[in-house]
Amino acid sequence: MTRGFILRRGGPQLSIQDMGRSGALSQGLSRGGAADRLALVEGAALLGQPDTLAAIEMAGLGGEFEATAELRIALTGAPMRAEIDGVAVVWNASHLVPRGGRLKIGGVLDGNYGYLHVGGGFDTLDLLGSRSDHRAAGVGRPLDTGMTIPVGKDTGDEVGFRLEPVARFGGGVLRIVPSLQTDLFPVSERDRFIATAFRRDARGNRMGAPLVSDGDRFGGDAGLSVLSEVVVPGDIQITGDGTPFVLLAECQTTGGYPRIGTVIPCDIPRAAQAGAGSEIRFVFVTMDEALAAERAAATERKALRSRRQRLVRRPQDIRDLLSYQLISGMTAGRDAD
Amino acid sequence: MTATETARTVEPASPWPVIRSVGVDGLLVSFGDRLEEPANRAALAYRAAVERLSPSGVEETSTSLVSVYVRFDPLAVAHADLRDVLLGLLRSKDWYGQALPEGRRRWRIPTVFGTDRAPQLAEAAAVAGMSEAEAIRSLTGAAVRVQTIGFAPGQPYLGELPAAWNIPRQSKLTPRVPVGALTVAIRQMVLFAVSTPTGWRHVGQTGFRAFRPDAPEPFVLRPGDEVRFVVTDPDEFDAMAASGPDGGATFEVIR
Repeated sequence: MTRGFILRRGGPQLSIQDMGRSGALSQGLSRGGAADRLALVEGAALLGQPDTLAAIEMAGLGGEFEATAELRIALTGAPMRAEIDGVAVVWNASHLVPRGGRLKIGGVLDGNYGYLHVGGGFDTLDLLGSRSDHRAAGVGRPLDTGMTIPVGKDTGDEVGFRLEPVARFGGGVLRIVPSLQTDLFPVSERDRFIATAFRRDARGNRMGAPLVSDGDRFGGDAGLSVLSEVVVPGDIQITGDGTPFVLLAECQTTGGYPRIGTVIPCDIPRAAQAGAGSEIRFVFVTMDEALAAERAAATERKALRSRRQRLVRRPQDIRDLLSYQLISGMTAGRDAD
Repeated sequence: MTATETARTVEPASPWPVIRSVGVDGLLVSFGDRLEEPANRAALAYRAAVERLSPSGVEETSTSLVSVYVRFDPLAVAHADLRDVLLGLLRSKDWYGQALPEGRRRWRIPTVFGTDRAPQLAEAAAVAGMSEAEAIRSLTGAAVRVQTIGFAPGQPYLGELPAAWNIPRQSKLTPRVPVGALTVAIRQMVLFAVSTPTGWRHVGQTGFRAFRPDAPEPFVLRPGDEVRFVVTDPDEFDAMAASGPDGGATFEVIR
């Protein structure tokens, strides 16, 4: 029998994601990959394996998974209720699912995208160097009920760790650098954009997150005749009706609507994970400030594995997830690891 | 912070090409701000040269209509250093005088114009100041080239159309056009490879699939290929669309 998880029941937006596909941009296929790259790094740190392995991304709702063999798992990204064989387990932690065990993952409690990682990574078909499904492009197979999602060879054995998640589910101030089209917007529009408190709209998907505000629409008609030019994740595109979209992992490769700025890469997880209604603001930073932030974020990512803490109680024993989370801050001090 | 650095290679009066930053991890070398044949050829040739040079820290390159995008790791190579490398390459040659890529092909793609298959023909024709019949004659009479592949996998931007087609995109998005939709704006056509919302007006429908993820060659069209759209009636079209992903399209290699 294939080593893996049988999907017994799945939310409507499950997909296989890794760090994405590099090299097909010139053919119109954007890199894609996990909407929240930081979650992939956290999952890899928890399982002690490379962050290039594929995980299941769950937008809004998880599913029920039956293990065909004993599997190590980690759960990261937007917190969701999870249980193994009826016993609640801690989010942002690694666990063992016994052979035949059932992992149930419910709806999102905060944020948008939760991740299920396995020791060895999911071993689905590699296309052009990545396993990432790219729904907008028609790449990858839907995860259907009853199918077995294969898992690669797991060379590790660590389990029972948790990580304090980097907070990123409630919006906040996102740092942006000027885009090559920022100048198409009058200074007054740019100033108003920076002064506006936006709300993350409930619509939105892996291609982009729309933002709403109470003020006038942004932009003008000038952008409607601009030559289509390269777009990248993080670009804030103002569509014809004046709605700003923060473009995400699965955005197009080119676009004609003008971009007022670009969210720096280390702030994209917060853009992707801001739950519906979360307040989002923007601040322009210089390239030097942006690069300093990227360097600091890269250092933080490297340190994640050393920040793991042992789950003090065996996860199987934890009956009340919420009360456990309330005391989790105290367990850290006793952790000798 | 300066976002723009200028390299003059052709005539001193021209501000092009320019190198600008794209976010934190990209540089864009643009050969113009309007779609012109020499700038398009320059972009295709320059990108090929960047790929051959393969500068340190560069992760991926692509062309848009008149620009070359270079994505790199900004923690591995400094912006200024990579910019110098790209500038040096720019100055090494007259990029505007470069030839089109070799092995180009000439495609004929059967198309239904207007009807309920392509409901915006009349509207687009009106914006361009033509009758529907004139619009069809104009769009099928033009031998357009694939100027870039972009937006979605394998999806061609085709041009250049006669000046009357310099019409803006719609301010409101069409909620969804089907795969194979032929759309028009700003003297260009886009043949959609995916079903997606768009601001381009849907004037024709083809059975052509420009992206075939399961095929040995998933991306069918290449920059430089010529395309002619050929009028077909809906019945004939249905038969061709059912015949396979080419939708009745044929090609010959240009010699």
